[in-house]
Amino acid sequence: MTLFGHVVSLPALYGQLLIGLINGSFYALLSLGLAVIFGMLQIVNFAHGAFYMMGAFAAYFLLKLTGLNYWFALILAPLIIGAVGAVVERLFLKRLAGFDPLYSLLLTFGLALVFQGLFQNYFGASGMPYAIPKELSGAWNLGFMFLPVYRGWVIVASMAVCFGTWLVIERTKLGAYLRAATENPTMVRAFGVNVPRMVTLTYAFGVALAAFAGVLAAPINQVRPGMGVDILAVVFAVVVIGGMGSILGSILTGFVLGVLEGLTKVFYPEASNTVAFVIMAIVLLVRPSGLFGRAH
Amino acid sequence: MLDASARSTTVLDVKGLQAWYNESHILHGVDLDVGEGEVVTLLGRNGAGKTTTLKAIMGIVGKRSGSVAFNGQEMIRLPIERIARLGVALCPEERAIFASLTVKENLFLPPQIARTGGMSIERIYALFPNLRERLSSGGGKLSGGEQQMLAIARILRTGARFLMLDEPTEGLAPVIIEQIGRTIAELKREGFTILLVEQNFRFASTLADRFFVMEHGRIIDTFASAELDGRMGMLHEALGV
Amino acid sequence: MTATVEAASARDFTERNRKANWIAFATMVALIAVAPFVAYPFFVMQALCFALFACAFNLLIGYVNLLSLGHAMFLGLASYCCAHAAKVWGFEPVSAIAVGVLAATVLGFAVGALAIRSFGIYFAMITLAFAQMVYFFSVEAPFTHGEDGIQGVPQGKALGLVDLSNPWALYVFVALVFLFGFLAIERIVQSPFGEILKAIRENEPRVISLGYRATLYKLAAFTLSAGFAGLAGATKAIVAQNASLTDVSLSTSSEVVLMTLVGGMGTFYGPALGALIVIAMQNYLAQFGEWVTVIQGAVFVACVLAFRRGIVGELAARAKVSL
Repeated sequence: MTLFGHVVSLPALYGQLLIGLINGSFYALLSLGLAVIFGMLQIVNFAHGAFYMMGAFAAYFLLKLTGLNYWFALILAPLIIGAVGAVVERLFLKRLAGFDPLYSLLLTFGLALVFQGLFQNYFGASGMPYAIPKELSGAWNLGFMFLPVYRGWVIVASMAVCFGTWLVIERTKLGAYLRAATENPTMVRAFGVNVPRMVTLTYAFGVALAAFAGVLAAPINQVRPGMGVDILAVVFAVVVIGGMGSILGSILTGFVLGVLEGLTKVFYPEASNTVAFVIMAIVLLVRPSGLFGRAH
Repeated sequence: MLDASARSTTVLDVKGLQAWYNESHILHGVDLDVGEGEVVTLLGRNGAGKTTTLKAIMGIVGKRSGSVAFNGQEMIRLPIERIARLGVALCPEERAIFASLTVKENLFLPPQIARTGGMSIERIYALFPNLRERLSSGGGKLSGGEQQMLAIARILRTGARFLMLDEPTEGLAPVIIEQIGRTIAELKREGFTILLVEQNFRFASTLADRFFVMEHGRIIDTFASAELDGRMGMLHEALGV
Repeated sequence: MTATVEAASARDFTERNRKANWIAFATMVALIAVAPFVAYPFFVMQALCFALFACAFNLLIGYVNLLSLGHAMFLGLASYCCAHAAKVWGFEPVSAIAVGVLAATVLGFAVGALAIRSFGIYFAMITLAFAQMVYFFSVEAPFTHGEDGIQGVPQGKALGLVDLSNPWALYVFVALVFLFGFLAIERIVQSPFGEILKAIRENEPRVISLGYRATLYKLAAFTLSAGFAGLAGATKAIVAQNASLTDVSLSTSSEVVLMTLVGGMGTFYGPALGALIVIAMQNYLAQFGEWVTVIQGAVFVACVLAFRRGIVGELAARAKVSL
């Protein structure tokens, strides 16, 4: 196949599309967490990448220190890191309510440095291997390509969690509380709902989503202290492209951007690192509030 | 004027209530009381502090001091949600219908705070038939009158027996005002205790047992509805009506 | 009666303010004059470049309340361009620095034009994302030499007259560049243009309703800030004789935020003092490796929670002046 003057082999194309979907799974989970947090706390969580990294490390330590395998990690790591998030919200973010949101942003930024530095201190820049669970090893022959089972699982698991989150927010009583509190927290409190606790739990949930993505990523990319920083800038681009405040928008943009990155790797590899930012620039020119965002 | 002790038990007892928004001092010591099953109306010009009084009772102000006792329990230090859980419900002036929720979600949003005493959903639909037809509409798509009805209906389900209604007739058509008047009268018959803020003096006079008049963040006068005719001169002066 | 008292106290304040600022300025100049005799001159020059960088950053956060989390892109790009002009094109240092400043200014205008319509937190994310794009570009582009960076940049003769390979000449040169940048930024902030910026910070809708095109003012401020950050980066390339990926990295972007926060956002002298402290901290804590990042992060958190005015802001508030 020839496109844009490149000779492209179909297996390479499918392979990159798959990698794109995998990356998109992480972008979607991370930007979804950012959107959930933003909706409730009106802050951008700059420590999100650090929590993603810590989720992967939690899986690593659970296996190494307690022998708990991947499936336990998938549940426990988000709970543990989510609890860290709850503590961060209670101890720090709560105190900054009522101040310029830039201060909360700087605070999460500083916390990201602390977490990042601590892990770098002990593990350097190198990565720790984390084995693919044996239930998910091997590959399926799809006829036109081989699909490693684990990669297929990542895509399915991420889509399921994203869709489940959307369902909870849009279709349940709990989601109604969240949406109402996003609009007018004081009034929801005046109905007897403990909104401050809800805020804490929302932040913890957004953080847990990041940690979940981290566990999913552990067997694919190695567990590295720098893994969060590398992905965060792209996730911000996803959020800017999709527009803040739209749950479905951030999920969709995450997957689409991952695929676009994959395609760029096939057709113009030099730009694969920057394509997300170029798209962000174009969206900012055409629709400054993002594709799914409401004008501010 | 009736003495407080001569009436049935006092539900709400406010003494020396002061309230601030940021730096501005709005309430300078409000004293008022509401007895069980009473409808009490707060009168006063714009900016006199009526809305702030309701919000301060609910705990929705920056800072407050003094005493607010509800069924004998002091609430001045309690956070908003605890006050609500004691059975205090506010229907705010801006109605605060959530635009991102459907009418049904809005209606069922406030959690039940008492196992008994809440109005059944059938009774609510009987009081506000329009709501039943619009259950699946978005909260942002309602007319002003429908919003007001939803805002009142929302707090009836919860089991709160003390309702604070802030200008429920503001900006509404006469037909709707009449319907809301009938509803409040009905609620009174059912034994709800109501603290009403109302600019529409004519509307309030048909419902209220007693009146408090506010100016500059203080209560300047209080009287029973029987004394209304004798106070008209003062009221014209104080309210500028 | 009260009017006279108020006028008198306002006059008193202006008088006190002018005095305090003279003392602060004199102290700063004296420190710059003495510093190379008591500290390692290369360290001082490095600190002066970062001090200018922080002052440029402060023009945005301090006076327009715009938080850029990608300011290293201007420092780094200018550094690369200046190094390239001096080494490959053989430009003398002043023209090489001018090339760097120009590049940063153009980039600042482009990024600013895209980002400036977005409000607070969005703006921070967009600048961070663009900075990351410039970082990837610097990794890939041939002229930046990727991981190696541009090494062995000649210092040359400034304007063909003064040989900057003489350490004393270089020091005076860097000190003059810093003072020029510092005073220029102070001028901008105190000009009618700066007054409008401050008005935008306080109440943007109001300024727009008065007929000002606030977006253009913000864009101008962003472009100027990028230009001065470029001046700092280009000068740094001449001082260090190299340009590297560190200069465009996220950690440099976060350091400039920290410098400004520690010194005091929206003060004239805070960012410079903060730069000195952060650079000194890096130097003395270098042996602790990654602990530097942890400490920096902790200082961030502490400042945000308990010390939002920063050192100079706190001093100024105590002395009831604005510095």
